[in-house]
Amino acid sequence: MFDGITPQLLFGQLLIGVINGSFYAMLAMGLAIIFGLMHVVNFAHGAQYMLGAFVAWLLLSTFGVPYWGALILAPLVVAIFGIAMERLILKPIANLDHLYSLLVTYAATLVIEGLIRQQYGSTGLPYSSPLPGGVNLGFMFMPWYRLWVVVFSVVTCLATWLLIEHTKLGAYLRAANESPEVVESFGINVPRMMTLTYGFGVGLAGLSGVLAAPIYQVSPSMGSSLMITIFAVVVIGGMGSIAGAILTGYTLGIVEGLTKVFYPEAANLVIFFIMLLALIFRPSGLFSGTEKS
Amino acid sequence: MLDDTTAPLLEVRDLRAWYAESQALQGVTFDVRPGELVTLIGRNGAGKTTTLRSIMGIVKNRKGSIRFEGNELIGRRTFQIARLGLAYCPEERGIFSSLSVRENLTLPPHLKSGGMSDEELLKAFPNLRARAGSRGTSLSGGEQQMLAIARILRNGCRFLLLDEPSEGLAPVIVKEIGAQLRRLKAQGYTILLVEQNLNFARSVADRHVVIEHGAVVDQLSNEDLAADMDRVKTYLGV
Repeated sequence: MFDGITPQLLFGQLLIGVINGSFYAMLAMGLAIIFGLMHVVNFAHGAQYMLGAFVAWLLLSTFGVPYWGALILAPLVVAIFGIAMERLILKPIANLDHLYSLLVTYAATLVIEGLIRQQYGSTGLPYSSPLPGGVNLGFMFMPWYRLWVVVFSVVTCLATWLLIEHTKLGAYLRAANESPEVVESFGINVPRMMTLTYGFGVGLAGLSGVLAAPIYQVSPSMGSSLMITIFAVVVIGGMGSIAGAILTGYTLGIVEGLTKVFYPEAANLVIFFIMLLALIFRPSGLFSGTEKS
Repeated sequence: MLDDTTAPLLEVRDLRAWYAESQALQGVTFDVRPGELVTLIGRNGAGKTTTLRSIMGIVKNRKGSIRFEGNELIGRRTFQIARLGLAYCPEERGIFSSLSVRENLTLPPHLKSGGMSDEELLKAFPNLRARAGSRGTSLSGGEQQMLAIARILRNGCRFLLLDEPSEGLAPVIVKEIGAQLRRLKAQGYTILLVEQNLNFARSVADRHVVIEHGAVVDQLSNEDLAADMDRVKTYLGV
């Protein structure tokens, strides 16, 4: 069954799995933060990820800002865009059912993608790697940039988890998720905190987009093609579970990579098959109730 | 007992409030003077909790006038009202299940000078010290109530709005909460207390404001209450 599986193939796919898992984890974490703390189903997360990549591309092609500058500037620009979005279209429906936030953010996705497509076309735009070359590990070639993406993603996920679970700010956010009225009665500006939370989650999507730009083509549909998988990751991890989103993101990236080696026909289905099993046997998600939030 | 001529700290005038289309308060008027402990008493659904929630701006659709230290509260948001010096302890206690006892206790920020330090709070509420690392909601009902009261003493607010702190608690715990409230009053806190337990209300309050059908129908001192319990029991339907 495993004839013809060389170490190069195995570790190559494993690396691709870890890379994909890094993006799954970062995007799913942003979604989980937004859903877990604000109860907003942010369908625009993929479009915001794409915006991060586009802003990085624009900064480079128009203003000559290199990747390392874009890594800071693009997430900020996308976060500000997210804050404006929250104020204009999410705040007015804050007291309605979650379904409305899903519909509104889906509509926003179509508008954002349509505008970008009209302006820049559907063809992917190239973004050269800021870290060319790599190292030969003997059993596989490890590109520097991909190694950077994995390390940066792990550090970002860990730092965000620590921020939410182990700081005073995180305690405010978790408390406001349970009872915004009580937290506001302590003198804390909860509406502003929620706006900034959305901005932070969207900024994470933008940051993922910048990381993705040198690996994937920068195109209007790069986010929407990923979003279904990201939602599956969040559902499997447990809606709103930040640790669940991170761990499930990496795990499913690796599982997907290994499936490509051992049973390639199922590679595109394996995540959804796992989601199906999770929904049947543990509908609240694998990691729900295992962390503070 | 305070002099009637002392300027009120809180002045509620013709307060009307709505939940969607339903009018819950029909025109509530009363004062609370500095250092007083005043109870709002009345039947279930009379409008006592809505009065507290309207004062705090949690019920947003409200009209009339609520003045605290001369500042109009109508039109202000809840966090702005809290920053003026009003602290609120809700009926359901509002203990956060995702936070430990210590996190619950230290959550409110210092809004004004004179708030109790974490050490002072643990000294005043010693039961909480041993349970500091436990989940907030793993505490007993009485301990949760103590925690809910303790944490609002942290932010330095000197006007406390407490919604039925004795509800559902064993008599011995109710007695302990009563002792805490008397200590707070002795320390100069002003307290507006929603209460259905008449004996508990009598044991701690200076004055009582009776609310029925969303309006104030009577106000009486604690001495008057003791002398005319039958009258008040009629209001409460007990």
